[in-house]
Amino acid sequence: MSAVAVAANDKAFETVRTPDPEPRPIKIKASDVSVFYGEKQALFDVSIDIPERAVTAFIGPSGCGKSTFLRCFNRMNDTIDICRVTGEMLVSDANIYDPRLDVVELRARVGMVFQKPNPFPKSIWDNIAYGPKIHGLAKTKAEFDVIVEESLQKAGLWNEVKDRLHEPGTGLSGGQQQRLCIARAVAVSPEVILMDEPCSALDPIATAKVEELIDELRENYTIVIVTHSMQQAARVSQRTAFFHLGILVEEGPTNVLFTSPKEKRTQDYITGRFG
Amino acid sequence: MSTTAPTSTDSFWHSEAAIARRKKRHGADRRLQIFGITAITIAIGLLGILIVSLVSTGYQAFVQTEIALPVNVSSEEVSRDDPSKGDYRDLIRQALHAEFPDVGDSEFRQLEQMLTRNAQFIVRDRVVSNPSLVGQTTTFHIPMADPIDQLNKGVISAETPEDRRRVSNVQVELFDQMEQRGLVSTPFNWGLFFNADSRFPELAGLAGAIVGSFYALLVCFLISFPVGIAAAVYLEEFAPKNRLTDIIEVNINNLAAVPSVVFGLLGLAVFLNFFGLPRSAPLVGGMVLSLMTLPTMIIVTRASLKAVPPSIREGALGMGASKHQVITQHVLPLALPGILTGTILGLAQALGETAPLLLIGMNAFITSPPGGIMEPATALPTQIFIWADSPERGFVARTSAAILVLLGFLITMNMIAIFLRSRLERRW
Amino acid sequence: MVSEHITGAYDDELRDLVGRIAEMGGLAEGLVSDAVTALAKFDIAKAQDVIFRDHKLDEMQRQIEERAISVIARRQPVAKDLREIIAALRVSADLERVGDLAKNIAKRVIAIQDQFHTKRLAFGVEHISEITLEQLKAVLDAYTAQDLEAARAVRNRDDEIDAMYTSLFRELLTYMMEDPRNITVCTHLLFCAKNIERIGDHATNIAENIHFMITGEQLEEDRPKHDESSYIPASYNTDE
Repeated sequence: MSAVAVAANDKAFETVRTPDPEPRPIKIKASDVSVFYGEKQALFDVSIDIPERAVTAFIGPSGCGKSTFLRCFNRMNDTIDICRVTGEMLVSDANIYDPRLDVVELRARVGMVFQKPNPFPKSIWDNIAYGPKIHGLAKTKAEFDVIVEESLQKAGLWNEVKDRLHEPGTGLSGGQQQRLCIARAVAVSPEVILMDEPCSALDPIATAKVEELIDELRENYTIVIVTHSMQQAARVSQRTAFFHLGILVEEGPTNVLFTSPKEKRTQDYITGRFG
Repeated sequence: MSTTAPTSTDSFWHSEAAIARRKKRHGADRRLQIFGITAITIAIGLLGILIVSLVSTGYQAFVQTEIALPVNVSSEEVSRDDPSKGDYRDLIRQALHAEFPDVGDSEFRQLEQMLTRNAQFIVRDRVVSNPSLVGQTTTFHIPMADPIDQLNKGVISAETPEDRRRVSNVQVELFDQMEQRGLVSTPFNWGLFFNADSRFPELAGLAGAIVGSFYALLVCFLISFPVGIAAAVYLEEFAPKNRLTDIIEVNINNLAAVPSVVFGLLGLAVFLNFFGLPRSAPLVGGMVLSLMTLPTMIIVTRASLKAVPPSIREGALGMGASKHQVITQHVLPLALPGILTGTILGLAQALGETAPLLLIGMNAFITSPPGGIMEPATALPTQIFIWADSPERGFVARTSAAILVLLGFLITMNMIAIFLRSRLERRW
Repeated sequence: MVSEHITGAYDDELRDLVGRIAEMGGLAEGLVSDAVTALAKFDIAKAQDVIFRDHKLDEMQRQIEERAISVIARRQPVAKDLREIIAALRVSADLERVGDLAKNIAKRVIAIQDQFHTKRLAFGVEHISEITLEQLKAVLDAYTAQDLEAARAVRNRDDEIDAMYTSLFRELLTYMMEDPRNITVCTHLLFCAKNIERIGDHATNIAENIHFMITGEQLEEDRPKHDESSYIPASYNTDE
């Protein structure tokens, strides 16, 4: 096994990187991404390659910058006034921080699922159709119906809700709501789906269903998931990145990171030695 | 557990010290409850006194003493082609003579004064609206003058010496006679709602005030609702958080606390004197009231916008919705119940507002309901103010009745607000 | 363990596991050394004692397995913790086998007690067992101290035992050829030697597990082998 620590020129830290045994194509390439909240720097020169059609998990203690970093992928940090992002982020080789790029288009290609299931207080059908509607992906009701069914099928929710598409999405159980949110994200045919602790508000059974769904979606989408549950990262991801105090400490194939991490901080964190 | 942990739990729970502590604690709980109950009792009691006193003085205004008088609208006196011309006063006199032939000339004037002074116009208006009455004898229900009304309602007693009451002995006698003959009736006083103001209490009604208040509130709503929402949306969703917006926010909060009379003065100076808008018009009244409601509206709307969970915004943004889509398609619909509730409460507050309307002349004496927002009008609270100032005995009851009507409107509006809040509020 | 877990009980459980392995190691070492002493001195009582004590070793192995499974189920260990537990499972299995092999030697001591000349014949076996015991001791020390270098040294020294076994094989074969009456004894001794050589292999296994536990890497099967007894042709003749 050849663990190559790529030296990042003269920085005070080096991310320990273990490449995949069989390299995958790269979907997202982040180079020296730093995030500032006003004067405070939240993320320090993070560079990482996110492989295509695989699940990459970000783990780390609270406030380590993993969610902040995830929100750089679809420029959700733009909504925070004092937030400033430097560095380069390429999605399919296009710089998403290019001022000419339309953030609305970006978010159609890079979907997001949030910590708390947040279906719109509208019908299930309207929830799914909302994205295609604002992005003009369908025109007739029949076209929308097709998208709604396909998306719900992909989210494994179709059989549970097909008889009540016009009932409010907020009436579903927590786990169903989260899968509805995933279906909603899938409805605009994104290339990347970002998930910010998608199971932290769910019970274990609902969590298992969402994890199963993530595993299925992996065949068609590039998925990046932030999770507080190391077991979840170990279960669903192919690659794992460990963040600590705004620094990407170590990244590598999940099985390597969870059996023999190279960096002591990673080891201490995943074995439960500091919080 | 305390350091002096007893060996046996039983002795701990039932020791004297423990019992004393428990007693003290329960006593404090009970005292707090008693304070609360006392406070609520006082509040309800005061409200009860207000309502009782209003109802006890005001209920009489909801009925009106009327006399059934057969009047022969002879075609000699009134032309069929132009019934508005004609000596209706003479018609009434003839009718009274016919009905009370025993009354001598010296007492006839007193008999005539028992009817409202506008009796001739009431008859005329009826005939004008129905010219077929000309040449026929029709029984008209004519309101009786205020002193007789008060006599009928028992406010003026026949036992009082004649020189100390406004009703003469002759009139008392005549009234008894009328009652015996079954001419007197006291039906529900629709005039209270459908008549405009009058110098004669028996004819004075709230129509002008209700319509005036309606127009003023309409103007107030049309100005403050869109402006308030737009201002709140900008401040909440777009404005950068800096010193300037802080100052604006502080000022809005201050404006909400400014005494309403100040807004009245502002209206007088700006709308009337500078822009030259008409005095006493509901348009100006509504504009002044909207100045007063606007800060409240902005504050309420901002609170409603803030109450929309950020997860909904994030969800919509994450789907690629642009800012205006997030606001118009998600945030505003969710905030609407709260905004509507606040609007209605703000309008209710405006409905009860008197001082600014006094300053722009909405306390004028106006005998017909306004036909539009530019015509002079009164409003409910200013009407109350006018009536409370009037010397006639009949206006005492009418003032209370007007207050009851105003309270009725306020309660209705508050109930609509509560209904909207409970009905439209969505869970997420 | 360098730093402590947030959950203290987890540390206690891991320490308990390591402690039990050390105890088991001590017991296994004692069994081997007693079995070899019994063989050297034909001490039947000691041999019987070895056979009896092996049960204890089996029982301990069972307990370690139960505890390790319980820790895995309850704590979902990862990384070093996981490797420690897996190493504990493997080492305990190795030690249990070591115990079995020692018992087997003890049984053979009882079987050959009435044979003659054995003192001379057993001399070679005594020598190989000395080195094996040293190896076993070294590897158990390395486990307790988590000493990667010591573990590597044990692994590399195994070829010495293998070489010794090969020569012992030839030697015993020669004795059997010299005098067919020796065949029974020598066969038993050959098996004893084989058992001892196997104990050495288990020591090597443990060394490899220590390496895995510390580095997280599995060692390749490229260590030098000197047990060439399997290649000695059937037509072997010492006269050649």
